[in-house]
Order: sequence, then C-alpha cells, then structure tokens
Amino acid sequence: MEKSNLLMLIVLLGVAAYYRGTHRAESLIAKNGPRLHSLPGFYGYYMALWSTLPALLVMVFWQLGEGHVMTAGALAVLPEEMTKADASQISLLINDIRNAASESTYAQANPVIQAAADRYLQLGRQSNLLLTILSLCVSLVGALFAHRQIKPTFRARNQVEKVLTVSLVSCALLAILTTVGIVLSVLIESVRFFQMVPVTDFIFGLKWSPQIAMRSDQVGSSGAFGAIPLVTGTLLISLVAMIVAVPIGLLSAIYLSEYSGPRFRSTAKPLLEILAGIPTVVYGFFAALVVAPFIRDLGTSVGLDVSSESALAAGLVMGIMIIPFVSSLSDDFINAVPQSLRDGAYALGATQSETIRQVVMPAALPGVVGGILLAVSRAIGETMIVVMAAGLSANLTFNPLAAVTTVTTQIVTLLVGDQEFDSPKTLAAFALGLVLFLLTLALNILALRIVRKYREQYE
Amino acid sequence: MTTYTASISMSDPNAEHYLLAPHERASPVKPREKATNVKFDRDHRETIGEYTSASARIRCRNVDVFYGEKPAVQDINLDIGNNQVIALIGPSGCGKSTFLRCLNRMNDTIQDCRVTGDISMDGKPIYGQDVDVVPLRAQVGMVFQKPNPFPKSIFENVAYGPRIHGLVNAKSELEEIVEKSLRRAGLWDEVKDRLAQPGTGLSGGQQQRLCIARTIAVNPEVILMDEPCSALDPIATAKIEQLIDELRELYTIVIVTHSMQQAARVSQRTAYFHLGHLIEVGETAQVFTHPQHQLTEDYITGRFG
Repeated sequence: MEKSNLLMLIVLLGVAAYYRGTHRAESLIAKNGPRLHSLPGFYGYYMALWSTLPALLVMVFWQLGEGHVMTAGALAVLPEEMTKADASQISLLINDIRNAASESTYAQANPVIQAAADRYLQLGRQSNLLLTILSLCVSLVGALFAHRQIKPTFRARNQVEKVLTVSLVSCALLAILTTVGIVLSVLIESVRFFQMVPVTDFIFGLKWSPQIAMRSDQVGSSGAFGAIPLVTGTLLISLVAMIVAVPIGLLSAIYLSEYSGPRFRSTAKPLLEILAGIPTVVYGFFAALVVAPFIRDLGTSVGLDVSSESALAAGLVMGIMIIPFVSSLSDDFINAVPQSLRDGAYALGATQSETIRQVVMPAALPGVVGGILLAVSRAIGETMIVVMAAGLSANLTFNPLAAVTTVTTQIVTLLVGDQEFDSPKTLAAFALGLVLFLLTLALNILALRIVRKYREQYE
Repeated sequence: MTTYTASISMSDPNAEHYLLAPHERASPVKPREKATNVKFDRDHRETIGEYTSASARIRCRNVDVFYGEKPAVQDINLDIGNNQVIALIGPSGCGKSTFLRCLNRMNDTIQDCRVTGDISMDGKPIYGQDVDVVPLRAQVGMVFQKPNPFPKSIFENVAYGPRIHGLVNAKSELEEIVEKSLRRAGLWDEVKDRLAQPGTGLSGGQQQRLCIARTIAVNPEVILMDEPCSALDPIATAKIEQLIDELRELYTIVIVTHSMQQAARVSQRTAYFHLGHLIEVGETAQVFTHPQHQLTEDYITGRFG
C-alpha cells in the first residue's frame, strides 16, 4: 500500500478507536452509574492515541531505514568489480539505479543497472507490504491494549494530558534544536575556515580582499580576510541609521503617547507601522535609485566628493525603515509608565513638557534603551538595503560619504556565484555569519536584560 | 432653604422599618433632640446643612462634571473654609474624587471631562480662560490614593517641586526646604541617612508621607487628599492622621475617605456625597451623631456603602 494511503488508514483507525473508547466508557457509566475517573471523551482519546502513535513511530523508523536496505540490496545484484569503487562513484551508481527505477528519460540504461533497478523496485514493493502489515498490526494491538485498560478507576485524563505535555515540550525543543543546529553548522564551517586562515588575521586584519587563485601562478592570488573593514562598515551604516531613527522614532512616540488625541493616535500609529511592513528590497532600490543619486548630486553642488554608493544613503534609508521599531516599542514603554506618576507631577504644578522630560522619560528610559538596542541589532543584520545601496568596496573609513561594505553584503557576494565549497572564500561567509550572530546576540541579551530590569521597577 | 417632607411617605411599604434605624434602637436619643432631628427622605436631592463657610478659601457654586455625556457630579454648592479639614465621604462612584480633582483642575488631564459652574479660590475663578493651571496647582497641592513617588532619590522627590517653580537659588536653600518638608511630614528621622536612595524603596506608609512632603515642599495653601490611607496599614494610617491634624494649622485640607472613623477623627466638617449629589454637609460631630438626611444616616450606620 502507498505510504500516504497507509497514513490515512491509520488516522481513520484512530478516529474509530476514539469512538470505540468513548462508547465503551459510556456503556460503563450506563452499567455502574457515573463513577468513571475521567469524562468519556478522554477514554476515547486514550484509545486513539494508542492506536495511532506507536504505528506512526513504526512508519517513521521504517522510512529512515528503508532506503539503506533497498540500495544495499540493489548494489548486491551488481557485479563485484562495479561496487568496489570509492564512495563518490558508489553514490553515482545509486543515482543511476534510482533514475532507472523511476523510469525517467534516462531509461536506456545498461542491462546491469536495469537489473539492479528491478531489484530495487522489488525490494520497495516488499518493504511497503511489510510496513503495511506491521503498522496496521501495531495500530490494532495498541487499540486493543488501550481498550482492555478502560475501567472505571483508570485515569485516562491524566494519561492523555501527559501525552499532550510531551507533545508541547517536543514542539518547544524542536525550535530550540533548530537554533542550536544552525549555530552549530555555522560554527563548524567557521572552524574549517579558521584552519585555513588564522583567527587573529580574521579578527584583527585591516584588509578585506577575498580573492582565491584558481591557479597558483595567477596574479593577485593572495587573499586577505581581515574583518575589521566590514565590521566598521556595518557599524557606520548602523550609526547613521540610528541617528535618523532614534530622534524621529522617539519624538514621534512621545507625541503619539502624550500629546495626540486618541483619534489621531489610532490612525497615525498603524500608518507608522506600515513602514515596518514594506519589503526591505523596496527600501533597497529606493536607496540605490533615489536617495544615493540625490545625496551625490547634493554633495557635488556644494563641492563635496560623494561616491555614488554611500554609507549615508544606505544608513538614511535603513534609519527610516527602523523608525517604527523605535517608535512602537518606545510608545509601549512610555504608555507603561503609570498615570499616577504623571498625576503626581501635574499636581505639583509641572507643565506637560516638564512632566514628560523629568518624570515620564526617566521612568521609561530603560525600556526605551532596550527597544533601541533591539532596533540596532535589526540594523546590523539588515542585508537588502546595504547590498543595493552601500557598495562592495571594503574601505576602512568613517566617512559616511564614501562607499563601504557590510558583513551581510559580503556574505551575500561570497556565496553568490560559482565557487568550490571548501575554498576559504566560501567558508569566510560562515565566519562572517558567526561574527554577525555573536554581535546581534550580545545586543539582544543586553536589550532583554535592560527591559527585564525595567519591568520589575513598578511591581 | 428648600422644601422637605417631614417623614417618609406612608406609601412606602418599608416605612416603619426605615423609621427604626439601628442606632436609634441601640442608643436611644433624648426626646428633645429627636424632635429636631428631622429626616429628609431618600428621594431628596438638595444639599442639607450649612454649605457656606465664613472663612471660605474655595467657593463652589452649581458645579457639574461630565465624563462625555454622562454626568458624574451634579449641582454641587460647597465652601472650603480656611485652616480646617473637610472630609468628603460617600459610597464608591458617588463623585467625591471627581469633585476633589476639580479643585486643582486635575480633571483637565482626563479626556472628555467637562466641568461647568463656578469654582473660585480667594474670589478668583479657577476655571477662567486666562487662568494658568501651573501656579494654581502649586497653590492647591494633591496627595493621591496610591503613593506615587517618582523613580528618583528621596531628596530629588521632595526637591522636584521647588526646582520646577524656581523657588530656590542655592543648593543650601534647597536642602533646607527638603529637610523642613520631610520634618513636617514626620519622615525626616527615618530617611535622613539615606536621602540618595530611591523613593520607591520605602515602605507604603513612608512613601505616602514622602508624597505629602513633596506636596508641602512647594508651599501650597490647600492640600487635596484622595483616600490617602486606603493603601496603608493601621499604624501608617495613624501617623498620617496625626500629620493631617498638625498640618491643619498651616493648610486648608480636603480629604476624601472611605473610613468614617477617619473622617470623624481628622475633620471639622463633613460632606456626604451620593450618586453625584452633595446630600448633606455640616460640622463633623453633627453629621455623625445627628444626620438629617435618611441617606446620610443609612451610610454612617452601615446600611450600605
């Protein structure tokens, strides 16, 4: 039986088991009066779980092992001299067999491969049959076991809720494990990179020029992997972005939360938050096609030498992009300051601006700072705008009118295009990713700590 | 004054029961006094008692307050006398706090809140078009139900008011005001060694006295207190009540309270509010021993509220 059909069958069995279990519990009530430990539905769920979960587990493990058995069987049909090759050739062979088995356009295979493919298919059919029988048996045995357990004293609710708890925990674990997996893969590739390029060269190097020679006598064969210009470029653009976003965001938050009427606020706040919903690629071409030329023309008209891709253009647009982060979070924290503090200040004869400057803002400051740090980590990790507007030249400069490049831009350029996957050039992307990850992680931890400290203040 | 019915109309099926109020049964009143202790029935809504005062600091006439279209307080006439404590009592939601917040225009901070009628302080209307609320609130200070010290040091909490009003020039002067205010609020001895610590770290009673010190640091003439002891334990309450009694010599105090014992202990005059109306006002002793309005009696004898 096909696996999808089998899956559906087991689910149907589960539904049937649910009704059977519920019915059995109800008949027990009819016989003994209502002295069951749990509601009848829980007995149904208990039976359904027993009839589906073990069978599904069997299917999962079968699926994991099946491929190996099938390919091993198919390879055994082949003549010995073909299978004595090295691992990469074997995997090519296996590919051939699978292609032949799926009867693709590649069908004119040689008869030896065809024979192996036949064997492969035959094994697959046998495997499916076995699996069908086995999983249905497991399902039925599970259901029978659960059915026999249903007694008035049996605590079905506790059992069902235990399963629910386990499933909740496993969902949480899945998210955590995914994160751990990503970090580990970045870390492992970075370690490979650091075997080729020393860590100190990477962290303290002032020159970034990721050229790797194809031939040893090629011109410019010496690559330089110093991350400093990229980090300064990232920080420069983020700084420009924050210079734009923090005052505008903060002041608009103060206006919205303290001065504006409820009607204006309920319209303006969502409008401001639309800024956060614009795709970053749109910001990117806005920066590259509108803002950067504008800044260059403005610069030339006052006699400044502005490159056509500048940190200023990218930073300005990025700043506009993160205004809603700053304003929305600040607005929340300003609103969280208790009205009683404002009343206290007003009752002393403070004006509205005195109250905001001297009472509300100091009270909201930790939260606001936390919000700003979250916005900074967002700015550091931003890719699309800088790819399109900041340029690719890794200049070590603090001049916002010059072209700079950022960590994220370089990761993109390193991984786009034809490269061997084990060259330092490609692996450098992982090391840069690690740097980026550590940078934003540190900022996030700092921000969360500040925010948490703030929360405790009025409780 | 106004017309009144001499007794409850006999169409009321519960009339006899009402006539036998618990305190009448518990402590029989002398016949002569009983004769003067005329009851106004529950439907009577005009203020009973002497609402004027010979030494009035604040004069309220026909004050109405609306939240949106909903009237919260209706047609209040009341004088606040100089250097005395007047207690506003009544069940929850009867408009005491709303009325209190009119006296220093704190209701301005509430959206949709509208105040009509005349309130004047020392003869000058406080709701006039050209009135600046800043000096008004410096003159009429306020202490809130929940202690609300600023998240600043104890010193800065008290120094805040004098600073924003430019009352001091030198640091020594400021220190003097802070010490004087804390002493007057009875908190100096407890906090003099830790003035730099945050005010939020004090206990509830200390925080409330800090708020009182903060209020008197700007040298107000009237202090409004909105249930200042409702969040405090009996010992802290006793301290605040003693403080109110001392402060009376220098300030005019209006206090909203839910505790009738507190009103009886600290105030000279008492005003009873009911569903937005000022029902009865008079000398505290008189209101508590011989309430003239049925609603007042119901409230102080614990029949509701």
